[in-house]
Amino acid sequence: MIMLTVNGRKRSFDGAPFKRLIDALREDFKLTGTKEGCGEGECGACTVLLDDEPVNSCLIAICQVEGRAVETVESLGAPEKLSRLQAGFLACGGAQCGICTPGMLMTAHAHLKSGGKADDRSVRAAISGNLCRCTGYQDIVKSVIAAAKGRRK
Amino acid sequence: MSVGKNEPRRDGPAKLTGRALYLDDLDIPGCWHGATVRSSVPHGRIKSIGFEPGFPWDECVVVTAQDIPGKNVVALIEPDQPLLADGIVRHREEAVVLVAHADRATAYEAAKRVKIEYEPLPPVFDMERSDKTFKSFLIQRGDLDAGFAAADVVVEGEYRTPSQEQAYIENNAVAAYEENGVLIVTGSLQCPYYVLKALKHIFNRDESGIRVVQTVTGGGFGGKEEYPSMIAGHAALLALKAGRPVKIVYDRHEDMAATTKRHPSIVRHRTGLTKDGRLVAQDIEVVMDGGAYATLSAVVLSRGTLHAAGAYECPNVRVRSKVVMTHTPPNGAFRGFGAPQTLFAVELHWEKIAAALGIDSLTLRRRNIFKLGSTTATGQRLLESVGASECLEKTVKRSKYASKRREYDRWNKNKANPSWRGIGLAVCHHGAGFTGSGEVYLASRAGVALTRNGELIVLAASTEIGQGTNTMFAQVAADALGAPAAWFSVETPDTHKVPDSGPTVASRTCMVVGGLVSRAARELKRAFQTEYGRVPKTAADLKKAAAALCAGAPARRFEVQYEKPPEVAWDDAAYRGDAYGVYSYAAITVDLEIDKLTYETRVRRVTTAQDIGKAINPLLAEGQIIGGSTQGLGWALLEEPIFKDGVMVNSQLTNYVIPTSLDAPPFDVILVEKPYSRGPFGAKGVGELPMDVPGPAVAAAVLHATGRLIPTLPHTPERIAEALK
Repeated sequence: MIMLTVNGRKRSFDGAPFKRLIDALREDFKLTGTKEGCGEGECGACTVLLDDEPVNSCLIAICQVEGRAVETVESLGAPEKLSRLQAGFLACGGAQCGICTPGMLMTAHAHLKSGGKADDRSVRAAISGNLCRCTGYQDIVKSVIAAAKGRRK
Repeated sequence: MSVGKNEPRRDGPAKLTGRALYLDDLDIPGCWHGATVRSSVPHGRIKSIGFEPGFPWDECVVVTAQDIPGKNVVALIEPDQPLLADGIVRHREEAVVLVAHADRATAYEAAKRVKIEYEPLPPVFDMERSDKTFKSFLIQRGDLDAGFAAADVVVEGEYRTPSQEQAYIENNAVAAYEENGVLIVTGSLQCPYYVLKALKHIFNRDESGIRVVQTVTGGGFGGKEEYPSMIAGHAALLALKAGRPVKIVYDRHEDMAATTKRHPSIVRHRTGLTKDGRLVAQDIEVVMDGGAYATLSAVVLSRGTLHAAGAYECPNVRVRSKVVMTHTPPNGAFRGFGAPQTLFAVELHWEKIAAALGIDSLTLRRRNIFKLGSTTATGQRLLESVGASECLEKTVKRSKYASKRREYDRWNKNKANPSWRGIGLAVCHHGAGFTGSGEVYLASRAGVALTRNGELIVLAASTEIGQGTNTMFAQVAADALGAPAAWFSVETPDTHKVPDSGPTVASRTCMVVGGLVSRAARELKRAFQTEYGRVPKTAADLKKAAAALCAGAPARRFEVQYEKPPEVAWDDAAYRGDAYGVYSYAAITVDLEIDKLTYETRVRRVTTAQDIGKAINPLLAEGQIIGGSTQGLGWALLEEPIFKDGVMVNSQLTNYVIPTSLDAPPFDVILVEKPYSRGPFGAKGVGELPMDVPGPAVAAAVLHATGRLIPTLPHTPERIAEALK
């Protein structure tokens, strides 16, 4: 039995210890907000926070998460009460097709939470492991900066 | 008024909170997983299909071509592509056998244990050696010989573009099941009615027995235009045989290796000009690689052909084009649809002409660019909404193109600098909507429904795939009615609920389908006015008005059908006339530098002005422009599917590289709005246009930086190093 915290709640997992974290989240904990884009750690769509660090959940075995805390996109705001970061994405065009968005949000969330700078260069560096094919990134960068500055234009 | 405002994206809150349900997120009770056994040879005769002993085959459902109740074909344009190979395989990764199992890993394991033996047949991989042409076109204007006779200079060039992978971040995914005798197919797709058409032939059922429903779709870019019909057929065969739901979710490798990509091209130009730089003759030859089956190649080639002469007036033109068969996975739709290939050639060719004439390419473009009243290669007179010149001038001014040219000339002379710098320019037109008579054949329908409870619902089969369709539809409908956009919802594309508004392709969703939605909303407005005395002003008023108009019925639909504008005339046989109702226009400058040690290119800034008629939602329109341009930069600098023995060998995001946030430059976007009288609120197409210009502008900038004209994309460090040897 593997014990972990998911979005602030104590959870247990008693399936295969080498099950990928993404599969455990999606199949066992029914948290389908975390998306699979490539299954090999290149696209970042499956990014979740593991003890506040962004990781590719497709490259982590559930047994590596014993005693640790996982945060997924579901830990941020709800549709009727978006977090400041999510509201920034809505206002600035940071999401289009939406499939990279949960991973992008978690990476940006980690960046801001850890005191990362909210300027173009720092945000671009922070999200460089998350691929987006729709936006060309500029509006994502703007979204993160707007959220950090507390603006909701 | 809602049009022109940045209304927040309708699908935003669900997508931003992880609540939006993509196909693989759906909890479908009892759903099995399907896997596909694919050909391991590029061309061959199937000798036998075997099943490895010792595997629990009794737990699986297996499907071959023999299980298809109707026609073994993915119906699209030509009936040549089988749903499952039967007898002969014509490309690597062609689907031959399907298996399904309750457990996904076991389904994939089963697929590995199906052993197919082939008798190899000779493959053709080189498009110039193919002896099978799927389609060819000829455009002629004026007298080519007389044109060349009048020319002071003749400039020739050959240009090549590679394939490109759409690389939507959500891989293809479809589920199928039967419910009360109706086959329900749901998935990540652009064109529900294309899927319906294919399934009707495969299962010998009419549209009442099949229902196609789009799920939230994680990007398409053309890649989910036709291939979902194939996967839908596969999932449905497995589901019907298994008697339970089956879903097929591709992994990244399978999606890249097996599904459609951009057509590789070779384009040759022979161009005659007067010594002051006026075009007098353009002779253009286009060859595209269609892959093993016809799929959409004929229409991709058509668009490529119709854009091949560029956004310039020339009195004597000939364009000869063909798309041929090779033993590679079929190529298909990808944003731009043939136009980026031919526009790369015509735009970069200006640089070659500039060198031959000693006149810079900006001046040459100014002398020849489309203006109001210009005539195109097909003899189409451009009578309204021609923003080509304005896009060019605004881009040149905002990017300080002329002074940057001089500044970088000085920079490049200094041998001590660690990089070469360059700025390149390109301009294009892009026809909005289906080519020629295409919209007439489609005869699209869209509408607005009013329920007796006062709900207003936009009805269209056009899909939201990230571009903002639903938000745009609500804005257009609201302003046409004269009501708040918040009053409108947009129905899920479901072939049992919405009329066939045509495919979500060809930069047609806003201009053509948005136009239908606007007309339908105006019909509703007339009904409110005549039957209720006014358009309701408040929510309570709307409820009363709805009760009055519905008169006891649950809802009332206001549906309209596409009508060809009377001034548009097209001759399909001669390939002459109004190829498109209208064109959008774009100009771009790409400012870049190349590291002298590594030959890596860094794009410093992109400036682009795009004439899209009217931006219904400027934020969403700019999102299309920046996103599409970034895909164009990827094609120009990074992306190259490598084929070996007919199969893509870099079919992973590890070795097929798309731009990251550090590769993408800052963009300066200028919206130019030259309204089109037939578009909703003046809008033209925006989806594909941004893909057209980055390629040639990058190549022109690399030429400026290094002095080498490299006629082949992408400009990888290796290719630049080779050119500078």
